[in-house]
Amino acid sequence: MDQKLFSGGFGNGSTGRDALSPWETARALSRSRREFLRGAAGVALGSALMSASPFIRAETVRKKRKVIVITFGGGARDQETFAPEGQENIPNMLRELAPQSSFFTHVTNQGILGHYVATASLATGVYETLNNFSATAPEHPTVFEYFRKDLKRPSSDAWVVAPSNGFNRIGESECRSYGQGQGARVILPKHLLSAATAGGTPDYEHLLRDNYENPLYTPQVGGGEVELQQMENILRLSVDDFMSHAKTLSSPDELSVYIAKRLMHEEAPSLLWITMHDIDVAHSGAYSLYIEGIRRTDRLCLELWKAAQSEPEYAGNTTLFVLPDFGRDSDYDSGGNGFQHHRTGDTASRTTWMMALGAGVRQGVVYDDPMQSIDLVPSLGAIMGFSPAQSQGKPIRELL
Amino acid sequence: MQPNDLQPGHFAGYPPEARKVIIAHLDVLRQLPLSFVPSLLREAIEYDYKFPAERSAIDEELAHLSSLSAEQLKRRFQAFSRISLSSALEQFDWINLPAQFLERQSAYLWSTHQLDAFRSAATEYGTELHAAVPPDSIPVSRLGIAVIGQAVPSYDGKLFRNLRPHGTYFSRVKPERGLELLLAGVESRARAHPVPYAHWYVDGGSPAGQVPSLTCVSYKGLEPVRAALLKRMQTEIGQPGMGPEELRTQMARMVPADLGMDKGGDAVLDRFQVKLLTEGSGTQIFSTTFAQWTAREVLRRAQALTLLVRFAPRQRQRPMNELLANLKGTAELDPLGSLIDADMGAYYHWINQQRLPGSERSSFLVWFEGHNEAVVVSPSLPKGTESSTELNLGELLSLATT
Repeated sequence: MDQKLFSGGFGNGSTGRDALSPWETARALSRSRREFLRGAAGVALGSALMSASPFIRAETVRKKRKVIVITFGGGARDQETFAPEGQENIPNMLRELAPQSSFFTHVTNQGILGHYVATASLATGVYETLNNFSATAPEHPTVFEYFRKDLKRPSSDAWVVAPSNGFNRIGESECRSYGQGQGARVILPKHLLSAATAGGTPDYEHLLRDNYENPLYTPQVGGGEVELQQMENILRLSVDDFMSHAKTLSSPDELSVYIAKRLMHEEAPSLLWITMHDIDVAHSGAYSLYIEGIRRTDRLCLELWKAAQSEPEYAGNTTLFVLPDFGRDSDYDSGGNGFQHHRTGDTASRTTWMMALGAGVRQGVVYDDPMQSIDLVPSLGAIMGFSPAQSQGKPIRELL
Repeated sequence: MQPNDLQPGHFAGYPPEARKVIIAHLDVLRQLPLSFVPSLLREAIEYDYKFPAERSAIDEELAHLSSLSAEQLKRRFQAFSRISLSSALEQFDWINLPAQFLERQSAYLWSTHQLDAFRSAATEYGTELHAAVPPDSIPVSRLGIAVIGQAVPSYDGKLFRNLRPHGTYFSRVKPERGLELLLAGVESRARAHPVPYAHWYVDGGSPAGQVPSLTCVSYKGLEPVRAALLKRMQTEIGQPGMGPEELRTQMARMVPADLGMDKGGDAVLDRFQVKLLTEGSGTQIFSTTFAQWTAREVLRRAQALTLLVRFAPRQRQRPMNELLANLKGTAELDPLGSLIDADMGAYYHWINQQRLPGSERSSFLVWFEGHNEAVVVSPSLPKGTESSTELNLGELLSLATT
């Protein structure tokens, strides 16, 4: 039988790792993140803090609350990020964002580890089972639908900025009581650029990169996505200016952040969701490109946070959530090939972290208690005041 | 269809050796659950094109299963039996298309949240099999060599960070004739222990020379095959309804003749090389990925006793569609990025070597080509230490294998 199926499998000469159960491994990863953050960023343990929630005190300003969610489609492992040997790759998250944040060290994803389906699960609070490679709407209502319906918000108040592959249907579900026209507007910057350049010219090729997991698949556009002709009205951005600025950028995620900043300036949505994807170049097997992706994502997270601080609509009333959709395979699982993929379902690929910072969040606190990635949506509901009725996650009590 | 319905005639489409092996063990296969049997068939259907180590593993696994009583089999496969499969999977032609079945089964297990249960069952099975079937003894301790950093004039960063804790770092290596000395050492081992497919030289660029006693695979040597594959992929992509999963299935079906490989070649090696390109992700476009993945597969499948891998600069990153289209003849190279890729690749080479039997006696050497830095991991050398002794690569190799 193919040994690909089996994990472990070292001979007698070990590689230095003791055999741990998945739970022990997850705890060890969590502890490692905590210890590192305590040392490097000077944060405190959450269990030591018993004061009332800042969100309760902030109830009166709920109507003005803005929430930005950044997910990484393409997880980054601890050894390239929060472990000591990875710190050089995330200077901005470590020195600027972590000290301001509540950091959750132990987030697990029990669903399918494909980027579109995992992001859909993050957005619905249910482990979705849709085909990762098809342009399919989530089965369950998205956070955007709950937000808009319960709070009676217009479509301009919820936006998604996403890479092009498959994500054009992420904004709203197929659920009958929510669904079409009830969700977020979706903007796919690479599609816009591709349309603007009529398929791409050498100046923009680097921004039109597809991830390697599904490089050959371009889904049909549909489902509320912003078209090129709408860009000028919504973003107050001419095609010429868009293309001119795009020339100065180096990656698809930089283009996404540029568009997100324009949206914040022009539309000021209360719920803005951005998925990044540069890190997923790891699927090509080139470690240096994976590391470059992590460093760029680290820089872009800070850039977006600084943009929020400089926008009057966002400054002081914005909460930012940053989380990878899941991890990547461990070096030590024989069923995988280390950083390259997230196919084994091992603990490293299922365990990740989340950072929350800004309005209503305790600063410089680390929480070790396990949570699931589907807990994000009910937590957003509790913070913003809507009821994600079909979500299967639980509100994160440390944020309430 | 369920495994207990299996009949010899169902395997008429199998290559002759594979058919013989399976039919000889049909009684035991009939007693195993459907969630398991296609995994075994995926390996067995390729029996005629397997390396000796793989054939031996299949033979031993089937012999072991056949030695168990019905009650023992039931206990051993209890966890697999608890995995529920869809009727669509049951009706699939899993006998003739076991690899495609496994892809569908994998998707089904993910979507029904049974992957962890399957994974646990597979891990337990592997552990029990490993305990029941002790590995064959090997004639010589394994040796891995990775040569990284070709065409990099200097590097200020710290190399071998993952491997240093496991071995001795040498800071004053004499680089003269380095590759030549390493190849000579490898060739000498191959001559002393002439086992088929046991001694390998993998080059991420053009091979440094012809060494008949070694099994050689090179990125440059496979250039026509890669070009043919990329052309096929482009054609397939243009077909209506083609998505990544369908493309993957198409690629998995390709055989050497589909990609223009000479029918008079080594059928086992040719099939292996095609799989490197059709099953590996990124191996078609990045030479560093090709070298790393090849090393992994050589160790996993052929269980090499000696493996020298030389990494070469890969092409610079371009849009994925352009890389796959293979339009530009001479691509710009990225030597520095390739050095970082190869440093990690060398670490994975060592990890994969350590998964094989006899790992407590195996040795590993990684050298920054043309420079003074190397790390040697060997049972005879201290771990996590540094040496400033001046040694050439031949002397370093002797030290590693003493």
